[in-house]
Amino acid sequence: MADPITPVLTKRWLSPNSWQIGTYEALEGYTAVRKALAGTPEQLVQLVKDSGLRGRGGAGFPAGIKWSFMPQNFDKPHYLVINADEGEPGTCKDIPLMMADPHSLIEGCIIASYAMRSNHCFIYVRGEALHCIRRLNAAVREAEAAGYLGENILGSGFDLKITVHAGAGAYICGEETALLDSLEGRRGQPRLKPPFPAAAGLYAAPTTVNNVETIASVPFIVNGGSSWFREMGREKSPGPKIYSISGHVEQPGQYECPLGTTLRELLDLAGGMKDGVPLKFWTPGGSSTPMFTAEHLDVPLDFEGAAEAGSMLGTTAVMVFNETVSVPWAVMKWTEFYEHESCGKCTPCREGTYWLAQILERMVEGKGTEEDIDTLLDVCDNILGRSFCALGDGAVSPIQSGIKYFREEFLALCESNKRELVGAQA
Amino acid sequence: MTSTTAVPEPGPHAAEQTHAAAGRDVDVVAIAAERDIAEGILAEHALEEIFDDSIVAKAQDLIARYPQSRSALLPMLHLVQSVQGYVSQEGIAFCAKQLDLSDAEVSAVATFYTMYKRKPCGEHLVSVCTNTLCAAMGGDAIYKKLQTHLGSEEKPLGHEETAGMPGEPGSLTLEHAECLAACDLAPVIQVNYEFYDNQTPEKAVALVDALQAGKKPAPTRGAPLTNFKDVELQLAGFFPADNDRYRTDVDGPSQADETLRGAKIAQDRGWVAPVAKDVPLPEVEKK
Repeated sequence: MADPITPVLTKRWLSPNSWQIGTYEALEGYTAVRKALAGTPEQLVQLVKDSGLRGRGGAGFPAGIKWSFMPQNFDKPHYLVINADEGEPGTCKDIPLMMADPHSLIEGCIIASYAMRSNHCFIYVRGEALHCIRRLNAAVREAEAAGYLGENILGSGFDLKITVHAGAGAYICGEETALLDSLEGRRGQPRLKPPFPAAAGLYAAPTTVNNVETIASVPFIVNGGSSWFREMGREKSPGPKIYSISGHVEQPGQYECPLGTTLRELLDLAGGMKDGVPLKFWTPGGSSTPMFTAEHLDVPLDFEGAAEAGSMLGTTAVMVFNETVSVPWAVMKWTEFYEHESCGKCTPCREGTYWLAQILERMVEGKGTEEDIDTLLDVCDNILGRSFCALGDGAVSPIQSGIKYFREEFLALCESNKRELVGAQA
Repeated sequence: MTSTTAVPEPGPHAAEQTHAAAGRDVDVVAIAAERDIAEGILAEHALEEIFDDSIVAKAQDLIARYPQSRSALLPMLHLVQSVQGYVSQEGIAFCAKQLDLSDAEVSAVATFYTMYKRKPCGEHLVSVCTNTLCAAMGGDAIYKKLQTHLGSEEKPLGHEETAGMPGEPGSLTLEHAECLAACDLAPVIQVNYEFYDNQTPEKAVALVDALQAGKKPAPTRGAPLTNFKDVELQLAGFFPADNDRYRTDVDGPSQADETLRGAKIAQDRGWVAPVAKDVPLPEVEKK
């Protein structure tokens, strides 16, 4: 049984100047890349498959399988693109990681690029994360100067260039195909799949898009092996995971625990509810994951556990709200977010989020009626599974789950607007 | 067997009556009341006056960083903002010219992204997170307070409006932002994309007062505060050439208590990840 907190990705964060190459190298940094470059790409893909590492960006797709989709020929250049466009409400793990330990991401990029036969890697960072962009840029410069990037890395014959690219403020660019369009200098709108990026991604060339935390995990797996990685977490969701606890808790922050840790355990680490005010609702992994309540304190927070309980693990952005927060208000705020961030490409999402926000705003103002609840659910049904990308699906999560667990609160808002029943007319 | 659809019958009106007949081209200069001004409208703007050779060189540098030139458009729009404090029509024309795109193609991109401003920004851009979690922790109250503090009770400052004259010292553009990915430090404000964490309405008022007075309070996470145009140059991918300044920026604080909390508890309690033994990479069959 692993310890309650298992610092792997976060193990260097307490060291002074943890973002500098000197600190990184003194703490086993750039040892995995030597080992990886001495092996073959096939061995690395197999290793990541064996480790069971699943994508940390929300969807949880097995990283090794994703890598294996990349063609083994060189008909076109291959690209690795890092999704560092962290923007899902509640999610705040990649930004501290890139600030505290950017070299772990750079080392992961080198290993992953070698495994996928890519000689150019892009790190797409959301523009608002300026300090991360500085740190990454400095890390790339340091790695180039030390011979970890550039031509013939460590005498292996492998070349790699890393370009740090700043976004410009659009949540949708966290969707991998929208990110690729944005990186090509276009409006960030999702593409139809197939073709998947491994067949036709950036510049229509074979591309893999991976999350920051996923790739930063790779050097540790190379050094420790797949069995070591599987000593943490659960069978189908192995490894450690950075849980970001925010909201009404005494000690919000980043806690790297084995996958499968419950909210009860996390609350214990985070000092319990703030001022002892009881828990009302929470999200396991951002606003796009259906909310949970105090009934779900013991749900194991891994990909299977969260799904079995009717939600999703998402990005393990655990937002905790106490009894003082109105659910319809919170749902309205989230819906306004999705309305603002809908890219406009597909009708269900563009129009749906627009009307959902207006209905919720009306209800929160106290001008709603009971029928509005049915209208909300009806509109949700017309978005879920019918929109172009997952943004639309995410947009309905707070509404559907909010009404499922807190219908009375929505009804209470309509209390004053009940249609007066006029007595039977003669 | 499927039956074919009948060919539509002509309507009651002839085509000339239902569609406006296309007119001939009009010479707008010839019919203009003031000929000089009309000619000015059609003349090419003097881009060189706004974007000098050093900016052109930077734009070309950006293009060289990517396998295909158009990828340089997002950084180039940041570059344009570093010159003018917003993306002007001239800025759009400049990018279009550098990348051999049409103005419309560049406009389509510039208008899609929140960080490209369509009106001149103040010396500083103040972004208050009002997404659900920050809002519940006090972000909405902070934003409202700043609106009336920078505007007035009767006329609060609106989203993306500026207190003071853009371009003048101490001018501030206020905006409400979506989730800034610092939820454990809620509620948060960014000034020129540097983080000011764990805010309250009182702290936020003190912050904007200091900015208006020409001071540059240090962010809780980020580099020493400069101004909006300066950080836009960094977002475009150009960092200070002076090495000391560069190091000071990069080494600006980031280790918030919240960020380190889990690692600190583990250290205090002696909790560690399982010990990793150096194991060889798995064997795979050669294909």
